Parts: sequence; C-alpha cells; structure tokens
Amino acid sequence: MTHVLELRGITKRFGPLTANDDVSLALSQGEILALLGENGAGKTTLMNILFGHYAADQGSVHVFGHELPSGLPRAAIEAGVGMVHQHFTLAGNLTVLENVMLGSEPLSRFRSAQTVARKKLLNIADRFGLPVDPNAKISTLSVGERQRVEILKALYRDARVLILDEPTAVLARPEAQRLFETLRDMTREGLSLIFISHKLHEVMTADRVAVLRGGKLVAERRTGETSPEELAELMVGRKVERPVRQDHEIGAPVLVARNITVGAGEKTGLNDVSFTVHAGEVLGIVGVSGNGQATLGALLSGLAQPGSGTIRLSGVDAATLGPRGMIRAGAGRVPEDRHAEGVVGELSVWENAVLERLKTPEFSKNGFVRQRESRAYAEDLITRFDIRGATTETRARLLSGGNMQKLILARILAKDPGFVLANQPTRGLDEGAIAAVHAELLAARAKGAAILLISEELEEAVALSDRIQAIVKGRLSAPISANDADPQRLGLMMAGVWNEDAHAT
Amino acid sequence: MRLERRTKTPLHLIFLAPLAAVAAALFLAAGLIAAAGVNPLSAYGELLRGALGSRLAITEMLTRATPLIFTGLAAAVAFRAKLWNIGGEGQFYMGALVTGWIGHSLAAPGWLGVPFLLVLSMVTGAALLAGPAILRLRFGVDEVVTTLLLNFIVLLFVGLMIEGPLRDPLAFGWPSSVPVNDAFRLPDLIPRTRLHIGFVFAIVAAAAVWLIVSRTVFGAEVRAAGLNAKAAAFAGISLPKTIMGVALLSGGLAGLAGAVEVMGVTAAVTTTMSPGFGYAGIVVAMLAALHPAGVVGAALFVATVFVGADAMGRSTGVPSFIADVIVALCLLTTVVALLFTTYRVRR
Amino acid sequence: MTEAIDLLLSTSLWAAVLRIATPLIFGVLGALLCERAGVLNLGIEGIMTMGAMTGWLAVFLGAPLWMGLLVAALCGALLGLLHAMLTVPLGLSQHVSGLGITLFASALAYYLYRLIVEVGELPPTIEPFRALDIPGLSDLPVLGPVLFSQAVPTYLALFAVVVVAYVLARTPLGLAIRMTGENPNAVEAQGLDPIRIRIWAVVAGSALMAIGGSFLTMAAFDSFFPGMVQGRGWICIALVVFASWRPGKALIGALLFAFFDAYQLRLQTVIEAVPYQLFLMAPYVLSIVALILVARRAEVPAALMAPYRRGER
Repeated sequence: MTHVLELRGITKRFGPLTANDDVSLALSQGEILALLGENGAGKTTLMNILFGHYAADQGSVHVFGHELPSGLPRAAIEAGVGMVHQHFTLAGNLTVLENVMLGSEPLSRFRSAQTVARKKLLNIADRFGLPVDPNAKISTLSVGERQRVEILKALYRDARVLILDEPTAVLARPEAQRLFETLRDMTREGLSLIFISHKLHEVMTADRVAVLRGGKLVAERRTGETSPEELAELMVGRKVERPVRQDHEIGAPVLVARNITVGAGEKTGLNDVSFTVHAGEVLGIVGVSGNGQATLGALLSGLAQPGSGTIRLSGVDAATLGPRGMIRAGAGRVPEDRHAEGVVGELSVWENAVLERLKTPEFSKNGFVRQRESRAYAEDLITRFDIRGATTETRARLLSGGNMQKLILARILAKDPGFVLANQPTRGLDEGAIAAVHAELLAARAKGAAILLISEELEEAVALSDRIQAIVKGRLSAPISANDADPQRLGLMMAGVWNEDAHAT
Repeated sequence: MRLERRTKTPLHLIFLAPLAAVAAALFLAAGLIAAAGVNPLSAYGELLRGALGSRLAITEMLTRATPLIFTGLAAAVAFRAKLWNIGGEGQFYMGALVTGWIGHSLAAPGWLGVPFLLVLSMVTGAALLAGPAILRLRFGVDEVVTTLLLNFIVLLFVGLMIEGPLRDPLAFGWPSSVPVNDAFRLPDLIPRTRLHIGFVFAIVAAAAVWLIVSRTVFGAEVRAAGLNAKAAAFAGISLPKTIMGVALLSGGLAGLAGAVEVMGVTAAVTTTMSPGFGYAGIVVAMLAALHPAGVVGAALFVATVFVGADAMGRSTGVPSFIADVIVALCLLTTVVALLFTTYRVRR
Repeated sequence: MTEAIDLLLSTSLWAAVLRIATPLIFGVLGALLCERAGVLNLGIEGIMTMGAMTGWLAVFLGAPLWMGLLVAALCGALLGLLHAMLTVPLGLSQHVSGLGITLFASALAYYLYRLIVEVGELPPTIEPFRALDIPGLSDLPVLGPVLFSQAVPTYLALFAVVVVAYVLARTPLGLAIRMTGENPNAVEAQGLDPIRIRIWAVVAGSALMAIGGSFLTMAAFDSFFPGMVQGRGWICIALVVFASWRPGKALIGALLFAFFDAYQLRLQTVIEAVPYQLFLMAPYVLSIVALILVARRAEVPAALMAPYRRGER
C-alpha cells in the first residue's frame, strides 16, 4: 500500500524545549491513525508542522510522494491536507458559507462565486452526512455544529488527508461515537485520517495508534494487537499511580444551592439548578464543555450573581458576596483557565500568591503591601506544595502548567477553606501533575473541605467524587453515588438522559 | 522569522535599549536637518549648547521639564492600567484655567492659597478624566477618542473664558486671562531665572507616584488589573474601582501641571501656553517605559530637545519643529527597542 | 430664530455639506478598512496632516492636481506601512504606535512646510480643485448645486464608498479582510497570510486617509497651515464606531456630521449672542454623544487591537 502521507525525522525546538524529537510517521490510504500522547507530548506541535503552521527545525513532510515546503498552510491545503483544529478557527460574526469559502478563491477575483459555492457546500454536506445551514451565523451554532463546519471547511477544499486535533474534547459520548462513525464513512470515500487524542478508549477505534511521549515517537501498534493497558503504559512511560479516594464520614452541608437560575448572555447560563456539597465530600459535576460549566464556575467564584434562587455558604447568603466576599466566607477557588484567570503571568510568584488577600492585615498595613511577610509566605507555599522551578521572584508565566496549578492550589488550600471550587483542575496537565493535583484535593477533602469538582474527564470525576451530577444545557441531573457510576451511565447522563433507571444497563 | 518571548531580560539591554532608541532617532532626524542645509553635527552641538550650555539654559530646560514631569506621570499611571488617557492636554488647560480663575479673585495668604489651588487643579483635572472613565465603564465607550475630543472642547472653552468673563483688560494683542494673585506666584528656585519651586513639586510628585505604584495595595491592584484584567477580577480586584482610581490620579497629575505652570511661569492663562505638554507627556511616559523615576529622566531629555531646538533654530535656521520630529521619532524607536528587551528574533 | 430656519433652506448650506463631508468620508473609510482587518490606526490625524501638506506641496512645486492627490496617497501609504510594520509583525501596542505616527507625521509635515515657508510669511496658495459641473445634472434646481456641482475629489469620495462597500461585501479579498479582523487564526488555517492582509489593509486605509487630508489644502482651502486638520482624524475614528464598521453607515455618519458642522458655521453669523466657541465645540461634543449612543450595540470586529503572532494562541 502506498503512503498518502509521510513525516520524516521531524524535530522542532521551542527555546530550551524540544517539542518533537526526530519523529517519523506514515499514513496509508484509507487508514485511520490515532496519535496518542499525554498533554505536552508534542502531538499538536507535530500536526501543526504537518499542516504548515510551524516550520520544523529538521525533517520533511511528504504528501502523495511530494515534499511540502515547510511553514505554508496553503501548500498543505493544496496538496490535499485538511486540519480540524481543537480551538475552532471560525469567525463567529460571519456565516457558515463565508467561513467555508475563505481562501478558496483567488484574492484578485472581482466577485465571490457564492451561488456555486453554496451548491458545492450543500453537496459535500449531503455526501458526508454533515448537514448545515450555509447562511447561519457561526455564533448561533452549537459546539457540535461548529465542529461540523470545521470539518466541512477541510472537505470543501478537497482534502484527502484529514487531521483532527482532539476532536471529541467538546462532544458528549454519543456525539463522539457518531463522529467516529462519520470518520469511518469518510475513509470509504477515499479519505485518510489522523486524529489526536489522549483518551485510550477512543484511540482503540482507529486502525493504528502511534504513541508520542516527551516529543519522541515511542511506539506504533495496530489496534487489534494492543490493549488500552499497554497503550497507557507506553503513553505515560512510567508507573504513575493516581491517588485513590478513601471512604470516610461525610459531614454537614457547607454549600447549599436551591433553584438557581443565572442568565449569561451568549454563553449557556444555569436554569433552575440545585445542589449541596457537604463537609469532607467531593461533588463532581460532569458534562461536555459549553453546557453551563463556565457560568457555574463564575457563580461559585463570586463573579456571577443568580437571577433567582438561593445559595448559602456555611449558613450565610452567598448570592451577592462577590469574589472577595466568597474568599472571606471561606471559599477557595480554582479557575477554569489558569493562564487567563488563575495567575497574572507577568507578576511574580509572591505577588500571585497574595493577590487574593492583598487587603487583609496579614499582607498589608495602612494601604502598603507588607512585602517581607508576603515573600516569606510565598516561600513557605513553594516548599509546602512542592512548586518546582520557582523562586518567589519568578514570573508566574514561566511556571509549567502543573506548577502553576500547584501555586493556585497552594494559595487557596493553605488557608484551609471550608469550600473549594475546583473547575477543570487538571485540564492540560500531564499524568504526574494530575496525580499531584488529585492528591492535594483529596487531602483537602480529608481535612473536611466541601469540594465541588467541575470536570470533563469522566475518569477523574469518578475517581475523586463521592457523588456526581451531570450538567447539560444549564440543567443539572439528580446526583448519583460515584459507586453506582459506570462510564455508560455517565455518558447517557452527559447526553441529557436523566431517567437513569430506564437506560442503565 | 518570528519573535520569541525572552524568559529573562539581560540587564544591559534595559539600559542599552533607550540609548539605542535615542541614537536611532537622532540619526534619522539628522537627515532632515541636512535637508535644511545645515550640518547635523553642528546643529546638534547648537542644540546641546542651547539647552545645557549655560546656567540660564539649564534653568530654562528644567522649567520646561517641570510640566512634562507631571503630564508624563499622568500618562504613565494611566497607561500602566491600560487606561488610555490621551487627554493630558485638556486636563492641563483645565487645571491652568481654574488656577487662573480662582487664583485671581481668591483673597488668602500664599501658604494657604497655593496648596488650595494645587488641590483645586487636581480635582478639576481628575473630574475631567472621570467623565471618559465613567463612559468607558458604563457604556464601553473607548476613552482614547473621548479624551482626544475633550482636548479640543477644553481648548475652545478656555478661549471662550479668556475672551469673555476672565479677559484681562490690560492685556494687549493676544487674549489672555487675568493674572493670578501675586501671593500665589511660586517662588523662584534660583533668583533671576524662571526656574521655580514647582520643579521640586514635580520631583516630589514622581517620588509619591513611585511609592503608590510600587508599594501600595492600590498600586499592586492596578498592576494586576493592567496586566491581566480577568485574573485580577477573579482574585476579587474591582476593575471599575481601579480604573476610576487611576483616572482620578492621572487626571489630577495633569491638572496639577497646568496649575504649576500658571503659578510658576505664565501667571495668566492663554490658549497658547502649552506647546503640547499633554501630548509630549505621552512620549515622556513611553520613553520612561512607564516608570515614575524614568519619567523624570525622560522629561529632562524631552525638555532638552525642545529648549535646545529653539536655540538651534535661532542660530542655524533649522525650523524648531525639528524638536517635535525628534521626540516623536524617539517614541517610535523606543517602543521598538523595548520590544526587543522582552522578545528576541528567531528564524 | 426664523433666520436659523431660513439657513436650513439655503442651497449653499446643503452644497457645503458634501464639501465638508469629503475629507471625513475618505478618513472614515480609511479607518474602517484598517479596523476591519483588526488594526486601530490612531495615526490618522497625522496622516491626514501629512496628506494635506504633501498634496499641497506637490501642486505648489508645479505638479498637476491629480498628481498632488497621488503624492498625498503615497505619503499616507508609507506612513501606513510604518504603522503596519510596528503593529502587525512586531505586534506593538496599536494605541501607542498610532499616537506616535500622529505625532511624527504632524511634526514632519510642519517641519517640511517650514523648510519652504518661513514663519511670518503668508501661506502660499495654489490653484485648487474647482467645482466640476456634471453636464445636464448640475442645472437641476436645488439638487444640481448640492450634488452635481462639486470638486472632483468629492465625487471620488462617493465612488470610494461604493468600492469599499463592494470589496468588503462581495469579493474574496473583502472576505479575507473581514475574517482577519474577526479571527486571524481562521485566515491562517485556510492558507492565507493574515499578517500580509493586515499590512496591506492598513497601507490602503492610510492612503485613503491622506487623500482625505489633501482635500483640505487642494479643494476646501488653497493653502496649508499648521493645525488645519483640527481633530478631523479623531472624529473619523469616532464615526467608524458610530457606523458599526459599515461603509454605507459611515457615509451617512460623515454627512450627518458635516451637516451639523456646516449649519453651526452659518449659525455663528446669525446668532451673535452666543460665543462662537460654543458652536465650534458642537462637532466634538456631537462625536462623543454619537459614541455613547451606539457604544452598547456596536459590533466590534472581534480581533480588533489583538496582535497576531504566528504560532501563538
């Protein structure tokens, strides 16, 4: 069988970091290849090189036997390579058709051939079973529909090789299954596919798996000749044990939310949701991203206020406390996006460590920052929480993802909060860092903190939570005990099938 | 080719960058001086002599630097918080106007009147910037445009006042306001020069601003909000409050510049009393990389260029607009130079 | 009071509206083009000043009028290129760079002007664009003098509105420009170069701004003097917001604005009890009010002022 695509000896460095180290890969006609690796293993970098977003330091890319010039997405597209980015490359204010057409016509043309384009788009949509409304504005589409547009963009440019970067990150399990069926159909239409994933059960649906670790290609296996267990070991490369939740007494309710509704403009709000978190308990909120998690996070961070309903934290009304009030009332908050909300990257570690509590007497006096005390405090956090590669003066943006998250956890957990919001606490972290974050959260649980965990990773939610609720379109399911949670049941819950008894197997 | 963030800025670059920027600007401007038929080297010699060549020249330069320090500080504190106050010129004039206005009719001893007028001018300048700040917070109106347009409105208003209610009947030719009470004229720092104690005020203001931005809770909050507004909000820092606080401080400093200029130099208000102090303040702030101590140095530099260019114009015939060209070029070369202290070029 | 109303009925007022609007139309189109591609160009005030000076200078030195327009456009394009290089590949603050360009371009214009015209000399004049009567149409009552007896650049301005609107809405290039202002990553992912698109949009927009400036010295007046742009550039920046980044609405905004300006100029002569400065303030106050009115529902290009660096997300 001929190779439709070949990567030869790709090496790419970012400063001191080697993201890809002499990686060679080949893709056969009609094949689905899964590229498996932990966060930070270099999967996305490799695909970005293949597509021409980055230029490799060494190595070459060959499509249908021809070498691609490096660093030119246009050349990749013209050679028949299409890429579906994890962060969709769509413009919300423009229509589906406009997003699809962009770049398909020479810029010197006097008039866009919109009618022809619309017909072609509808044809392709029909052929591949990806229905869309060409005139709809992207901003009015759901995440799943946007992904469809992103795929159609590639197909519209006659892609014969399709690269999908973490395509299921935004999909519920049934949707994801449908996507894989669609992908399989595409191979029958003559396409060859590579998809990136860090989820073991997903890569098993491919024909072949290539495993990246630390920028190196460590193994290639046919899915028929391997097992998730073997792949897990290849991916992580060392034995990392995630800590396990121990059964213990659950205490009194700490955070009680009743019939909360929050409007959130363009984002999904919350619609009449209720939940209770008890002392020493982890309540897991699972769901596909974009179903109201952001609003729930904002509500519990003090950044959003409920339109109706009550929310009480340790007995006091917490509806209008605001971030500072929440902190004072004993809440510790881990934000969804640590770079955007967690730290001020250009400020030092010590400044970030005291940012939330600048106005308390511990860290300021008469309006002046007590720098010596603050630095000593940060020093203490660095040792206690094992924040590596940092002094008190290091700029926070220079920390690795895991250490940045440890800093954020340190600044809240050091104060023994009664309630902890952990919003996607391990997103984008590697296995070692995940284990460390889990250990910290479980330690807080053991000390009696009430923890609300928002997660898209089912494994994580099941491992940490005592009880689990699913969030779908701003609604919450009734809680189930984590001991009753199996992936299938949770998958159905996340797809909005509440009546669990009828559907559970 | 692409730019890559440095993990660390080498110390020598921090000092080298501004020097390189100034050198580049002077080099580019040399071409324009040559176009006027004058040898650039001798012209720059004249410029230096004109600004630093004698005791009188130096005092003139320091006099010119005084309002620039204030307006430079005003721009620096605002830009640090990403509040784009381009209205320093207007705030300067409003500060000057109330000083002339109240300072003419107020009957009080100097020790009471001067501080009162200083505070009054600060309040006026602050109030003028509070408007655009509120518009931004309330309606999302970009403050760049509103503060710029306010400059024109204020200048017309000043014209209206000094041609109307505040007109000095004794002034000939150009309209001018009535002068401030002699009791409120700032004492000279050096006798028989125009250098007044306002220069000391400016240095004190720079020190105070440095203390505020680098040592206080407010300063820390402003820095956080300016660098990452989302993270600051998440940490419980109120963005509206920081923005308003910064607006009041920035507007106040620019207003102060006007008051000090009236009490220290001009005594009366005219519509031509500022050769663009407000706009030059922006350049000063950028040259200083928004650092309060740097503002003093940058203001001295800009004042040197302005005063020196006047002298150079008189002796060589090079139009004194060359000063504005040099200063603007410095702004552009400085931002590029500063970029390369935080980024480096990679293939 | 009746005089104030009589003014509204005079054809000369309405003919002045288009004339006053012309530099604004060019300026606002230029700013719009830059911003649609994601670059705020606060260099506009200086670029218009430079356009006014160089256009005038070219003609003063003996070039034909159309050559003056070209020279102005070229100077504007060069300044635009400078702004683009600083803000697009280097990703510097668009605010700071723009203000720097304004300070630099204004100072340079004044300096060059002073090399030719000494202080105290009367500003030398040129033979400016005269009204061009469109045969057959200019004789129409009222409409004739208002619409069809204007200087050539005024017709050009109206034509430019149509061209810019068409390009943005109907051509692949326009789509690429709009997309660059919304999401440059999307442009890159489709195989186009958002950096190149931004640079050229800024260059073209700046050329338009400079032509707008040149109208002041080559049609509205016949000489150059420092300070003559008088914040028209800033007003254009406000008008872009007012127009929601749409060329058609930008034309309406510019005309509306020009109407008030023309009207206040004439009112000054009629109502003497009110200080003239209050009338002169009106355009600036009006711009601020317009901004407040539309700010809440403005559809800002999503990537406006966000620097794009390849490989950085």
